[in-house]
Amino acid sequence: MIFGNFFHKMASPPWFYRVSGKMLPWFGGAFALLLLWGLYGGLYLAPADYQQGDSFRIIYVHVPAAWMSLFIYVAMAVCGVISLVWRIKMAEVVLISSAPIGAAFTFLALATGSLWGKPMWGTWWVWDGRLTSELILLFLYLGVIALHGAIEDRQTAARAVAILAIVGVVNVPIIHYSVEWWSTLHQGPTVTKLDKPSIHVDMLIPLLVMALAFKLYYAWGLLIRARSEVLERERNSKWVRDLLGEP
Amino acid sequence: MSLLRAFLALLRRDLVIAFRRRSEMVNPLLFFVLVTSLFPLAVGSQPKLLSLMAPGVVWVAALLAALLSLDTIFRSDFEDGTLEQLLLSAHPVSVLVIAKVLAHWLITGLPLLLVAPVLGNFLGLPSQAMGTLMLSLAFGTPALSLIGAIGVALTVGLRKGGVILSLLVLPLYVPILIFGAGAVGNAAMGIDATAQMYIMSAFLILSLTLSPIATAAALRVSLS
Repeated sequence: MIFGNFFHKMASPPWFYRVSGKMLPWFGGAFALLLLWGLYGGLYLAPADYQQGDSFRIIYVHVPAAWMSLFIYVAMAVCGVISLVWRIKMAEVVLISSAPIGAAFTFLALATGSLWGKPMWGTWWVWDGRLTSELILLFLYLGVIALHGAIEDRQTAARAVAILAIVGVVNVPIIHYSVEWWSTLHQGPTVTKLDKPSIHVDMLIPLLVMALAFKLYYAWGLLIRARSEVLERERNSKWVRDLLGEP
Repeated sequence: MSLLRAFLALLRRDLVIAFRRRSEMVNPLLFFVLVTSLFPLAVGSQPKLLSLMAPGVVWVAALLAALLSLDTIFRSDFEDGTLEQLLLSAHPVSVLVIAKVLAHWLITGLPLLLVAPVLGNFLGLPSQAMGTLMLSLAFGTPALSLIGAIGVALTVGLRKGGVILSLLVLPLYVPILIFGAGAVGNAAMGIDATAQMYIMSAFLILSLTLSPIATAAALRVSLS
């Protein structure tokens, strides 16, 4: 149960602060390496698409960002459940530190999609199912951030946000399929078709590398945000004072 | 006191309070009518265009009117301390929440339903779609109140909760808007709208079973 023990210890803010400080350069370094590899593979090595030419290369940012936007929202809801059921403060910290990163990825997915849409579909924006549900996901993220900012008491704010994240995650699939049903123009999934992906392997590998790089960026950014959040929350406790060398 | 009696007592109390303050009941209704009548002024009065837009316009206006009235579900009870007493009672808070939301819907949602055909008529919605319009609102507006109650419960302790409330709640309203307006649009074109109505009723049942639990949890957080 080394693994369980690890998470148990992570729930303690001083221990989290110490360990995350050691993990930070590894996540940052691995992210930088994978990003360089993914960009080199995606922008230089991968062949141009036979229909879309070089424009397709934006998927190396667009698709991983879209994946991350959903992944982070689910991660937030999981943290919400953990913080409401077991009252683990670190889960609250992770939840609230994830929200701005998730919102940024959602915005990135929308912006890159829009840039790609101009040459491909001839318009910056269409009211297509996937675009619209991604836009609504952005609103859900902004709602979480706004609610957290509006409640002054940190404890109350964190628990309110946890409930909101759980309510949101129940609604995300409903919203997604409603909007999909309503209208769709976006191309279907090309990577996750299990039998035979309709994307060439030379194009696929950089995409997966970029996806991994984005995950590491999330871990890196999350740790940085969570560390400062922990310091702010525990600013009156002894270990933070010791850390800062204050009497 | 048994749970059923507590439920009915709470429902009766909320209805009595609402009838003593009738102006608050009329406000959402007026808003509904006003917003709907703004659309012809903005987009022009071509009957063809208006009747094409009618299902969406009526639904959006109903949704905004529902949003506007949401805050009254818990606000006054929060301010005078009644809400704390409700949380302290021996009965499950989620059931009491249903009583409050039901009262709120009877006061603000039901009138919208009754006025909607008149507004539909103003906009030239074909008369064959009136039944679907009322039925879709009958399924949709209670779901709007139930989902909105979660948002109100989360923001009731805030002084300026209004803008945040709409940011929290409007994204969650999207599926109901899509299927509600879709059903009316189908009916207006003479296409069968049964599929959408089934999905609307599924939304209603889902929100009736799940949202009171979330609302109760949110109330506990807001009053802690």
